[in-house]
Amino acid sequence: MTVKVITVGEDILGANEEKAKANKSRLDKHEVLTVNMMSSPGAGKTSLIMSTIHRMKEKVRIAVIEGDVASSVDADKVSEQGIPVVQINTAGGCHLDANMVESALNSLPLEDTDLLLIENVGNLICPNAFVLGEDRRVMISSLPEGDDKPLKYPAMFADTDVVLLNKIDLQPHLDFNTDAFKKMVTGLNSDVIIFPVSCKTGEGLEAWFSWLESAVKGKKDR
Amino acid sequence: MHEYSITESMLSMALEKANEANASRITRINLVTGELSGVVSECVQFYFEHISKDTIASGAELSFEMKPTRVRCRRCEAVFSPNNHDWSCPDCHEAGIEIVSGRECYMESIEVE
Repeated sequence: MTVKVITVGEDILGANEEKAKANKSRLDKHEVLTVNMMSSPGAGKTSLIMSTIHRMKEKVRIAVIEGDVASSVDADKVSEQGIPVVQINTAGGCHLDANMVESALNSLPLEDTDLLLIENVGNLICPNAFVLGEDRRVMISSLPEGDDKPLKYPAMFADTDVVLLNKIDLQPHLDFNTDAFKKMVTGLNSDVIIFPVSCKTGEGLEAWFSWLESAVKGKKDR
Repeated sequence: MHEYSITESMLSMALEKANEANASRITRINLVTGELSGVVSECVQFYFEHISKDTIASGAELSFEMKPTRVRCRRCEAVFSPNNHDWSCPDCHEAGIEIVSGRECYMESIEVE
């Protein structure tokens, strides 16, 4: 039998990207600012989401999608604050994908939401390859992880809009070189905004809240 | 780490293309992956053998062309391969760079009968 070569030339994750586009236009229709929050496990995604909820919930209608390999501990914390939340358990999967987010959107009151925070699975590799339909990508990096993370996971840092450098209260106990970290991040990404913060003490968080608030407003004023 | 989803998407793309061409068997799938894409070819191979079992892609050879990381200096536009500890430009020492290759993850072609 003759062998025939079929040229394909298509991105393997093209199907995910199509689905993400559909999520994005659905969220655009309801003017929901959607933020994909990514970090390694333990960097402080949930703490940041909780601080954001406490500070902003009176002014901004927030909804949350929680992605975890297992358990609903994070979703329970959010739910206690009276915030609509959907827990996605990836059953071992290392990232959220657009399909999972699509199902989660079906359970959220999008018409009554201004801001959707999506907490991705803690991981610095895979989540970067799977767009979800977000407007902004936010990374949380924390001092105990070390200042060399941008060198080890360059794609993640190159694609993000914001880096929250968390746990700055621990600086006296660590050798973390903030200048070197910032130089590496801005080297990979000239448009990135870096907010040094501590979810523990609240230091630096106001700058993040105002950035987020104006992004929410920007989505409405489009 | 995300090879299972990559393999699933890759297989369904290959089956779709083979079906459009009325092929009866896929003999080879040519893939291009970048160093930064995080795709481990051995894992894709392992999952592929498992999930392609009852399809016309069963037994197909997977070929991986690995693209190395290349970056471009934002100041002098030199294109270079970054070293392990330093991604700044070897010519002008500028830290600002953009990634020009190494993130690929696509199917170049399939060979069918």
